[in-house]
Amino acid sequence: MVPSLSDFALQEKDVLQALNKATARDVDYADMYVESCVTDSVSMEESLVKRAVKSITQGAGVRAVAGERTGFAYSDDLSVRDLEIAADTARYIADSPQGDNPIAVTHRSQPSHNLYPLSQPLNDIMTEDRVELLNNIDAEARRYDPRITKVMASFNTEQKIFLVVNSEGQLVGDIQPLSRLQITCIAEDGANRQVGTFGGGGRVGFAFYLEQNRAMEFAREAARQAIVNLGAVEAPAGTMPVVLGGGWPGILLHEAIGHGLEADFNRRKTSAFSDLIGQPVASELCTIVDDGTLPFRRGSMNVDDEGTPTSRTILIEKGILRGYITDRLNARLMGIPLTGNGRREDFRSIVLPRMTNTFMLAGESDPQDIIRSVKKGLYAVSFGGGQVDITSGKFVFSASEAYLIEDGKVTRPVKGATLIGNGPDVLKKVSMVGHDMKLDEGIGTCGKDGQSVPVGVGLPTIKIDEMTVGGTALV
Amino acid sequence: MMTDLTKPQGDRFAEVAAAVLKRAKALGATEADLLVAEGDSVSVQVRLSQVDRLSKAREKMLGLRVFFGKRSASSSTSDLSKASLDRLVQDTCRLAQAVVEDHSSGLPSADQMATDYPDLDLQDNRRLSVEEEIDLARRTEQSAFSADSRVTNSEGAECSVGYGSILLANSHGFMGSYTSSSYSLSVSPIALDSKSGGMQRDFWYSVKRKFHQLDSPEHVGLEAARRTVRRLGSQQISTQEIPVVFDPETAKGLLGHLSSAVSGYSLYKGASFLMGQLGQSIASDMVTVVDDGRLPGGLGSRPFDGEGLSTRKTMVIDKGVLTSYLLDTYSGGKLGMASTGNASRSVGENPAVGATNLFLSPGSYSPEDILKSMKRGLLVTDLIGFGVNLVTGDYSRGAVGFWVENGEIAYPVEEVTIAGNLQQMLKDIEMVGNDLEFRGRLASPTVKIRKMMVAGH
Repeated sequence: MVPSLSDFALQEKDVLQALNKATARDVDYADMYVESCVTDSVSMEESLVKRAVKSITQGAGVRAVAGERTGFAYSDDLSVRDLEIAADTARYIADSPQGDNPIAVTHRSQPSHNLYPLSQPLNDIMTEDRVELLNNIDAEARRYDPRITKVMASFNTEQKIFLVVNSEGQLVGDIQPLSRLQITCIAEDGANRQVGTFGGGGRVGFAFYLEQNRAMEFAREAARQAIVNLGAVEAPAGTMPVVLGGGWPGILLHEAIGHGLEADFNRRKTSAFSDLIGQPVASELCTIVDDGTLPFRRGSMNVDDEGTPTSRTILIEKGILRGYITDRLNARLMGIPLTGNGRREDFRSIVLPRMTNTFMLAGESDPQDIIRSVKKGLYAVSFGGGQVDITSGKFVFSASEAYLIEDGKVTRPVKGATLIGNGPDVLKKVSMVGHDMKLDEGIGTCGKDGQSVPVGVGLPTIKIDEMTVGGTALV
Repeated sequence: MMTDLTKPQGDRFAEVAAAVLKRAKALGATEADLLVAEGDSVSVQVRLSQVDRLSKAREKMLGLRVFFGKRSASSSTSDLSKASLDRLVQDTCRLAQAVVEDHSSGLPSADQMATDYPDLDLQDNRRLSVEEEIDLARRTEQSAFSADSRVTNSEGAECSVGYGSILLANSHGFMGSYTSSSYSLSVSPIALDSKSGGMQRDFWYSVKRKFHQLDSPEHVGLEAARRTVRRLGSQQISTQEIPVVFDPETAKGLLGHLSSAVSGYSLYKGASFLMGQLGQSIASDMVTVVDDGRLPGGLGSRPFDGEGLSTRKTMVIDKGVLTSYLLDTYSGGKLGMASTGNASRSVGENPAVGATNLFLSPGSYSPEDILKSMKRGLLVTDLIGFGVNLVTGDYSRGAVGFWVENGEIAYPVEEVTIAGNLQQMLKDIEMVGNDLEFRGRLASPTVKIRKMMVAGH
């Protein structure tokens, strides 16, 4: 299904006329992004689904680009007058007066992918069904272990419809569903209280959570983590071999190299990866891609927010840095391919090059052999957030479930600890890559310049010969 | 071009608000409240002296909450047309009837509503033209470049001006509004180490409600350059347990964790390491923490909170003793306590708890005295990551700063973590600086913690 301007009660000629106000002789490119978004959220705590929130937003953002300059304005009113004012404001960065060549739509493309066909629009999921799901999760998590004393869960859905029309006469749109189930359990044993968090989702409908008893599996997993953490000892401090489990630990790639390969930082030469194309930045076991075309995935899109079809971009091939991820502005200024990574949080935000689903391809090692190869180290399987300093390349990510490896065996669970490393170096220390590549469950949100967008990550089990682990126990 | 910001009139939507509340009542809602937030801003980003980005934003959102007895739901929309609002009221009323009863829910009682509130001096009428904003941003960046030849690049300088207004109304007949403004300047220079080829970036800023209170662009640029250049040549240190000093910017982060831990919502959910510790000593006796919602011109000040209750000054920690949580009506009710006037409201969400202007009272030591007290230790000037577990207090974050030896800064440090537990860290605060300055909603002087685990090589 493809949206049309009539969904916004707008006429094509009015939109084109307004967009025309953003053009000028020295404006290289202008576009207007019209969006509506409906979100529904229910949440449960104290075994009661007592919070239900609905939000409806719509608006349009207009942008004019001249050289490296971007003019941007938005309005949450979709009247023709407001669109014209926004376009007029966006043109402020141009040095020449408004252009007088009317824009005509010449390229009315259907997205070439159809990555998330849903049988039922997310907005149509009955509130009663959402409530029942959360009630069942509460019961399941508590059933897992009597030491689970608190269960909090939320189920959120978002249905976003947008159209982008640009000065090159292209008019493209997409309908992007997104949903997420998030569960937090607190386990108590005397004065010892610990937390476990798990969840999943994607561009998927309600059925996803019911298939294979997935929601109940998530609930048990959150409960299991909380119980495991009841027995956690102090995490070690210092450098040691680190084995990362498959899936969500792929946040390593997102922080260590993904952000540093976004084209804007590299055009400005402010990234630790600037000018490293063709250079080795990882061991030859590492091939890493960013792929916005995986069906139903949280980071996927049929087209990006500039209307460019998404693609699979090789970032690192057998250790060699191959490419950056781009939006239109940076691809044009750098003279490099457009990869379909131009993303924005909503009509209020400007487009930036952003990741979609970023993961490492499977290797050949048996995950058990990887663990057996470590005499003393850390095995981390679940993580909270991470962050990177693009310029120095230093990044962190925080383990929420981790174990000691002693003499090749996974032994005691340890408390959460932050791992720190240097992006351009850390993957050079990858000495084993498992054959068990796994994508995450679909809960990732990436922040950049104050904008949040949904993303995915993935990783096989890998061994990093040496990383700094920020625990509290001297080893 | 003038930035042409419409000065928001807090009560512009008073009639709309009254009509929406009336409609909700007509559909059977027993109580309701609503919030209209408007904002209008222009920001300019300059990079290498050229305009990089000019953004103009104007928006408004209406958030509604309805109660059917003890059932409630919330909603929001940016479309304030009558048809859209009628549909919103209807949808919200239907949603409220789909959730279960929650016996703690409801508006605060009518007699708790703020009746009169002071002018907190939150608004400045100084208009800036786009040209003035560009000029300020350019001067800020230029100042950073001129300060030191090792500043060779920049992520840009930004100047931003915004006006906002809030209107809150409820079915008790409360209707209050206020307006505010904010002006900010910032720059993120990049310095190059010509020997190693390594780059470092840092940042400095000034943000105020009054234009004339902003630091000069020259000062902001100079300070940003100083903070950036001093990071060149950073090294990792070895893993060890040592005293750690947080500078005012990073100490603010500790206050942020504290404010989450004393929030009524974390507490009744059992998700705070400070659960059940009211009246007990939780920190060193040098620690006094105050939340003041009525600081004139404060960035966190507001005349009434997100439920229409008067804001006030709350002593959170008095000489180490936890004297008050931060509460709204709901979370207070859960804990058997009265609201502290800390309801904070995002449009379309249920109230949450938020600190207003939260600060650690200054101590008697100068920052230099604090460094001098350390034979060996780490001065932390920047932190990254989210390694804080508020349920347990476990703390582990990436840090940048300086190695201190014999009371003097020896060299810059990076790629280390600092770890401990917030419960112990609060008790281990052994010096508090005299350098308190409000640069945002949270403010702290320099703080020294007796020891933490630093992990490096």
